[in-house]
Amino acid sequence: MNFSEVFKLSSLLCKFSPDGKYLASCVQYRLVVRDANTLQICQLYTCLDQIQHVEWSADSLFILCALYKRGLVQVWSLEQPEWHCKIDEGSAGLVASCWSPDGRHILNTTEFHLRITVWSLCTKSVSYIKYPKACQQGITFTRDGRYLALAERRDCKDYVSILVCSDWQLLRHFDTDTQDLAGIEWAPNGCVLAAWDSCLEYKILLYSLDGRLLSTFCAYEWSLGIKSVAWSPSSQFLAVGSYDGKVRILNHVTWKMITEFGHPATINNPKIVVYKEAEKSPPLVLGRLAFPPPRAAAGPLSSTESKYEVASVPVSLQTLKPAPDRANPRIGIGAMAFSPDSCFLATRSDSVPTAVWIWDIQKLRLLAALEQLSAVRCFQWDPRQARLAICTGGSKVYLWSPAGCVSVQVPGEGDFQVLSLCWHLSGDSLALLSKDHFCLCFLETEQGVGTAFGQRGDHT
Amino acid sequence: MGDWMTVTDPGLSSESKYISQYTSETKMSPSSLYSQQVLCSSIPLSKNVHSFFSAFCTEENIEQSISYLDQELTTFGFPSLYEESKGKETKRELNIVAVLNCMNELLVLQRKNLLAQENVETQNLKLGSDMDHLQNCYAKLKEQLETSRREMIGLQERDRQLQCKNRNLHQLLKNEKDEVQKLQNIIASRATQYNHDMKRKEREYNKLKERLHQLVMNKKDKKIAMEVLNYVGRADGKRGSWRTGKTEARNEDEMYKILLNDYEYRQKQILMENAELKKVLQQMKKEMISLLSPQKQKPRERADDSTGTVISDIEEDAGELSRESMWDLSCETVREQLTNSIRKQWRILKSHVEKLDNQVSKVHVEGFNDEDVISRQDHEQETEKLELEIQQCKEMIKTQQQLLQQQLATACDDDTTSLLRDCYLLEEKERLKEEWSLFKEQKKNFEKERRSFTEAAIRLGLERKAFEEERASWLKQQFLNMTTFDHQNSENVKLLSAFSGSSDRDNPTVHSRPRQKKPHGAPSGSPVCMSKLTKSLPASPSTSDFCQTRSCVSEHSSISVLNTTPEESKPNQVGRECTNQKWSVASRPDSQEGGYSGRSSTYANSHVEKDDLP
Repeated sequence: MNFSEVFKLSSLLCKFSPDGKYLASCVQYRLVVRDANTLQICQLYTCLDQIQHVEWSADSLFILCALYKRGLVQVWSLEQPEWHCKIDEGSAGLVASCWSPDGRHILNTTEFHLRITVWSLCTKSVSYIKYPKACQQGITFTRDGRYLALAERRDCKDYVSILVCSDWQLLRHFDTDTQDLAGIEWAPNGCVLAAWDSCLEYKILLYSLDGRLLSTFCAYEWSLGIKSVAWSPSSQFLAVGSYDGKVRILNHVTWKMITEFGHPATINNPKIVVYKEAEKSPPLVLGRLAFPPPRAAAGPLSSTESKYEVASVPVSLQTLKPAPDRANPRIGIGAMAFSPDSCFLATRSDSVPTAVWIWDIQKLRLLAALEQLSAVRCFQWDPRQARLAICTGGSKVYLWSPAGCVSVQVPGEGDFQVLSLCWHLSGDSLALLSKDHFCLCFLETEQGVGTAFGQRGDHT
Repeated sequence: MGDWMTVTDPGLSSESKYISQYTSETKMSPSSLYSQQVLCSSIPLSKNVHSFFSAFCTEENIEQSISYLDQELTTFGFPSLYEESKGKETKRELNIVAVLNCMNELLVLQRKNLLAQENVETQNLKLGSDMDHLQNCYAKLKEQLETSRREMIGLQERDRQLQCKNRNLHQLLKNEKDEVQKLQNIIASRATQYNHDMKRKEREYNKLKERLHQLVMNKKDKKIAMEVLNYVGRADGKRGSWRTGKTEARNEDEMYKILLNDYEYRQKQILMENAELKKVLQQMKKEMISLLSPQKQKPRERADDSTGTVISDIEEDAGELSRESMWDLSCETVREQLTNSIRKQWRILKSHVEKLDNQVSKVHVEGFNDEDVISRQDHEQETEKLELEIQQCKEMIKTQQQLLQQQLATACDDDTTSLLRDCYLLEEKERLKEEWSLFKEQKKNFEKERRSFTEAAIRLGLERKAFEEERASWLKQQFLNMTTFDHQNSENVKLLSAFSGSSDRDNPTVHSRPRQKKPHGAPSGSPVCMSKLTKSLPASPSTSDFCQTRSCVSEHSSISVLNTTPEESKPNQVGRECTNQKWSVASRPDSQEGGYSGRSSTYANSHVEKDDLP
């Protein structure tokens, strides 16, 4: 496992291009495009103000930089560095900007969700979509890029519009039986749309592409409902995480619940492997100890290494007591992710913030649980294999695979607090983002990984 | 007066004693006080007896005391102390023998009394200890009762408390439920209120948005623009198309195409899955058939309908297996056939496995108790066997019936068979004749015996008459004797008669006493010697006498009070009865005596047992 040198970064804006060739990162108002392998700067663009959002076009030819404060979107071309486009939303303001899947249109959401403006880079035409709903996830494109589903709100009722992306024609428009639609998401096969209600009511609705209601599912009433939703890459399963700390898996044939994954604070089943991160005090080497200890070493996080220990059941995990008098309580399943082969599901329960649960979808049971020393910030699956990268805001990155678990210290001077991470398309490298810096972590190829895991046997 | 009469038996039970005291008092004898003392204290204080005697009888009052004693004794049913007077004028003389007899009897009685007293005392002691024990028990039980009562009260109290608590809890629960209901109502009302407010707010918000939209968008905002160096080509290289109705239709088409593709894909997947499952089913079926085929014979024997059909199915399937391509056809009939056969075979397999399980469990159970549990299989086997037996028996019966019918059919016309049967009958007739003659002889013998019996009966009747006459004369004599005494004597006779009539057994003993005692001579004077004798000779007449007297005493004491008046009316009958008894003794000495001796021996035995006690 190799680490690149550390580069500057702001606002955690660092993205691999969809083709995997480039890496775009932002430093204040500058956009830096590097080669993903050599990390040499390919292009450097300067925006008018601090960049708040960066997005690659699907064909990796253009990069969109949104400057929300100014209501501006600047688009850069990788092939033609002199080409440039600037979209000004003016007094309408800007809150969100994204590419359409064809990479030739930009969808800008104005302030107060007054409308969505669709700007075309090919023609001068501008389209408007009225009444977009201000919600958690109101825009979703099918994976093939043909259709756009949009949540709308008209006359105190929720609607979903399905638009054809090629010419922005309305294909279907239907109202959803929801109190307050919170999000919509296409299944990866692009044929089923999941729409769920706000947390006040547990309700998930499944619509076909042609607008037919396929099914509704409601696990319980009266209590806070859905917190997160995730489709399996095979479109076979829909995982619904809710505030009761459970994940319910629906199947794609009957849309009924197959199973329910609870997240108990104690794990009793001896079949479940519980990895517990443990601090490892650094070996004291007297000779190398400088008399005035260096400042960098004084920080406890940088100096301590950690390793995983397999805890013997029963294990009780640290739980947070939710404050019932505050909004958005720290309970329920806050994050879920299916592995690319749909075999595993990683979840995080917000009431047990230090733990990541990994479920075996083939056997429909808990496979492993990882208990970290601090709260899990982010986790992401390797796009090529069943390998999960986890960061907790410390100077370490954690990797889980069915073979075992490793904890890797990010080298470098000073403190590198990994707040977020993103995988390269090939799964060979991993970008680790901290508040002001980022670095790349190159993972060895299959064989190399094997040896690496072998060497780190003591960590597992 | 009735009391009086009954009391005069020689019984020495305490009751009779006291009553006798009473009688003596009524007689106002000169030394009645003394006699009372004697009677009261003679048994525990044997020493005093002499001194009392000396005091009781002095030189001067010998005659008086003798007469007094005589009176007393006669009242107790002893024979008179005086010799039978020949005439009224002649002075009665003291019969020494009678005195001695009386004394002896008194002594015996005294001894018996002592024994009885000892017995009674021991019994008393026993009873006392028993009573103590029982009292202890009673006390303990009382205590237990008290404690249990207290416990019960405690438990009742606890129960009451718990019930109280329960009631309170129920009340609380009810309250809580009410509260929940109330809260739910509040929530619901608030939710509606909230929704209403939300809607209002949203409407306002929408209005504002609308207004803003107008303000921002309608005024040709110069700022809202896109600066672009040059327009780029589309990603697919095509030019943008115009929006027409055609494009709409095309979009629809495409959408449906996508959906169709998806459905086709899913169908394909399902088909594949189905094929896989069918393959598995087929394989399972094959394996099941191969597994179950060795057991084909067994279920067929059981003549079970379902198994029978299944077997036929198996055979069919065996043929069917050759066309393996069948399962490619996802035809309903094929599917049904397959599932049905699988289901049936599965049932067979299941039953088989259950049987095996039963066997295993049986083996397990046999380890603990061998014969208690009969396994189902055994039961079935047994029933099968029994059914088979029944079948066989039925068949046998049928054949026998057939044979019988055949015989009947042939018997009416076939002479030879009748002849054969006749020859059998002849033999039987001869045997019968022999038996008949034997029977006749026996009958003759019996008649002879009967005649002798009747003769004996006549003789008996005569003898009985003679005896009755004798007895009547004797009674007369007795009566006459008694009339010579004082006014009480008349009652004495009645007493005697009553006494004699009270029990069948008493009379012979009472009457035969003088006769029996004479050959024996004077019985041994000392009671100790007596007891020895009884011990050594339990069947001797004297002992039997004692026993009988004793028994009569005891019996009398119990019966006397009840049957007093009827006995006056039937002295004759009683006499006859006792003569009867007498006669039986005479006529069948061996049998009766055996019975007697047996009886006496039993009495003796009882006596001996009693004797051993002190």
